[in-house]
Amino acid sequence: MITTDRRSRRDSLQGAGRAGAPPATTLADTRDGFVRRATVSTILKTRVAGGVIYREAGQFKTTYGADQAVFPVAQDRVVVAAAVVAAFVVPPLVASDYWLQAVLIPFLVYALAAIGLNLLTGYAGQLSLGTGGFMAVGAYSAFKLATAFPHLNILVVFVLSGLVAAAVGLFFGIPSLRIKGFYLAVATLASQFFLVWLFNKVAWFTNYASSGTITAPDRTLFGVVITGPNSTAAARYLLALGLVAVFAVIAKNLVRGRVGRAWMAIRDRDIAAEIIGVRPLRTKLLAFGISSFYCGVAGAGLVFLYLGSAETLAFDISISFLVLFILGSFLGAAFIVLMPIVLANAPHAIGLRLPVALQKQIELMVFGGLIIFFLIVEPRGLARLWQITKEKLRLWPFPH
Amino acid sequence: MKIRRIWIAALAALVLAAPMLAAAQSKEVFIPLLVYRTGPYAPSGIPIADGFVDYFTLLNERDGGLNGVKLAWEECETQYDNKQGVECYERLKGKSPVLVNPYSTAITYSLIPKAPVDKIVVFSMGYGMSAASDGRWFPWVFNFPTNYWSQASAVIRHIGAQEGGLDKLKGKKIAHIFHNSAYGKEANPTLDELSKKYQFELSLLAVDHPGQEQKATWLQVRRLNPDWIFMSGWGVMNQVAIKEAASVGFKMDHLIGNWWSANDSDVVPAGEGAKGYKGATFHAPGTSFKVHADLLKFVYDKGKGAAKKEDLGAPLYNRGLVNAMLAAEALRTAMTKFGNKPLSGEQVRWGFENLNLTEQRLEQVGMKNFTHPVRVTCEDHEGSGPVLIQQWDGKKWNVVSDWIAPMRDVVRPKIEAAAVEESKKLGYTMRDCAKEK
Repeated sequence: MITTDRRSRRDSLQGAGRAGAPPATTLADTRDGFVRRATVSTILKTRVAGGVIYREAGQFKTTYGADQAVFPVAQDRVVVAAAVVAAFVVPPLVASDYWLQAVLIPFLVYALAAIGLNLLTGYAGQLSLGTGGFMAVGAYSAFKLATAFPHLNILVVFVLSGLVAAAVGLFFGIPSLRIKGFYLAVATLASQFFLVWLFNKVAWFTNYASSGTITAPDRTLFGVVITGPNSTAAARYLLALGLVAVFAVIAKNLVRGRVGRAWMAIRDRDIAAEIIGVRPLRTKLLAFGISSFYCGVAGAGLVFLYLGSAETLAFDISISFLVLFILGSFLGAAFIVLMPIVLANAPHAIGLRLPVALQKQIELMVFGGLIIFFLIVEPRGLARLWQITKEKLRLWPFPH
Repeated sequence: MKIRRIWIAALAALVLAAPMLAAAQSKEVFIPLLVYRTGPYAPSGIPIADGFVDYFTLLNERDGGLNGVKLAWEECETQYDNKQGVECYERLKGKSPVLVNPYSTAITYSLIPKAPVDKIVVFSMGYGMSAASDGRWFPWVFNFPTNYWSQASAVIRHIGAQEGGLDKLKGKKIAHIFHNSAYGKEANPTLDELSKKYQFELSLLAVDHPGQEQKATWLQVRRLNPDWIFMSGWGVMNQVAIKEAASVGFKMDHLIGNWWSANDSDVVPAGEGAKGYKGATFHAPGTSFKVHADLLKFVYDKGKGAAKKEDLGAPLYNRGLVNAMLAAEALRTAMTKFGNKPLSGEQVRWGFENLNLTEQRLEQVGMKNFTHPVRVTCEDHEGSGPVLIQQWDGKKWNVVSDWIAPMRDVVRPKIEAAAVEESKKLGYTMRDCAKEK
């Protein structure tokens, strides 16, 4: 999910070179000297690297296919696969309801939204503050679909609500063709306020509930209740994890393919991208559409898997900022979701009985302080810290 | 680098350990308190939380708990936010609570589906889902002594009385200024129905969260020029609205807040302008009751009070007392059947459902003439309790009406219809109250 590292820069240049060009099968023919140089430098680096655990030396790529694998380094493959398996197996067995319900599920839901926003802002370079609005679209369409068609499979409901959000995202992405940067952020801000207002105002969206609240109904998958009040936290966690896993793989493949390279070309220099044949209209709108799809599914997850019931306030502007802060990686999502909970539980755990108001204020101060601290120490974010860790690991235990 | 790693490890260990520490429990009744002492809703949240804690402290200090069973509680800050409320609920659930007071209609909506699963009574006193008043559909939810719909009908009755009869309401203009959330909207369907019945002109004016900016709303008020305004505000919204009302020159005695919109903290910032402002309530303001004397003697003189002494008697502080008292009496009722020991969720639910708070009992708990007797039944978890109107004279609140009965003939059928609707969403079935006992 790192957007500015060398690898993706290389990808973007590569993409710029072949945007609109023949499909990947004929890649070998279109490769130019620059890319070959980059490959050589990568090989040199891996040769020089002499780490013990995280050792890339000796892993020679004999085909372009192997070189372009999602995880070209064997250790990465193993670690990621192990992490995913562990994520599926361990928490449902050991974590308490509190952990699943209050920590892991929101973490996964926000991570999904952050992946979506990362496609739009990180890869395509279109700043958006409309995340909360698009999540609301997903949540309300999931509610309408689930209640109107009770027999519809819940996964279908999730995907359809994502598609509705994508359509709305396409519409609100239109201004991106004329404006960019902060001005675009303001335009997306309008979508945020408009959508939330709409769901609050038009009672049809809430099935005319007197309070304007939507409630997730009980739905089953393979005979197991996975949404609604009678579902177990573990079932909802697994569904959330499944969604995140599938959509993360799709996102990863999107950004390393033709579409992602076109996005990066637009991000890096839109005029240059246009000159070399990237169509801004299609590329930008596609980014808005796909990003909104992710946000929509995350919004449906927020209500169906996490809160159980929600009013429009759950999707106000603060959620857009929240997702924007997460931007970039799972680490970010973990930080944003976990940190307040750590701070809320920490005084208790060490036996300190603070008044709740004081504790909350300290929590807000420390949280704000930590954000500023990270911005100063590592302006490129937690994703960059992850990357540094990897580079250090590459050399470990030899410091130089 | 190493130190940082140790810190991270320590923090992680703390978090992991926290719920486990919480699991170790002694022989007490544990009651989680979802409060908000910070943020834009703190002006309303603080007095309620203080009243609550003070009454429980009083029970523990004066009587040694409930029939010898100590009360334990823990506050959790929600900032009146749905997500934080759910997090608090999940966190405190580990301490095996038997009832929860969400203190937010939105959080109540989130907790209602969980109540029968977790076996935790949701006690939303005078807020939350009005439809839950039908106990046949919502066995785990209680909102006595009265709900938003009953309140709205009682306020309309009061307005009618001021105009010289309900028939005089015809052609009058009444505006409802409400917090644009689940809470604020709750009264709208009843007001709408009453406007058709009594042929007054109803305007619904929403104020968005958090309610600090209301210029547009009050511009509309000036344009509409309503005869009466009913307000459902919360937190900082109330004081802003009252200030705006005063500055546009609206007749203050024609502005009636609901019972969450008439506290000292709401009127004091408007100064002289707030004089004459009215509010609904279901208990008296002030400190002239035995329970307050006891609070001073057993809690405040020992330095265990949660609030400042001079803040006792504010309407919302007293509301906290009433809420804590009702919860305690429901627990007591359960103890008459199940014995004086820590109770299970089902037992507490039985206690709530069979609560019969008489005039005599109110006198025993030091609340004679403070609030109205309540009787809960299997069918009726609300009780259609009557409503008082209080008025601010610039220094304190005075009760200016008799107990006003809600229009049960209008409200109850609506509740029963809405309960069917709401239950359908949750897949509930109706229970047969004849079989309960």
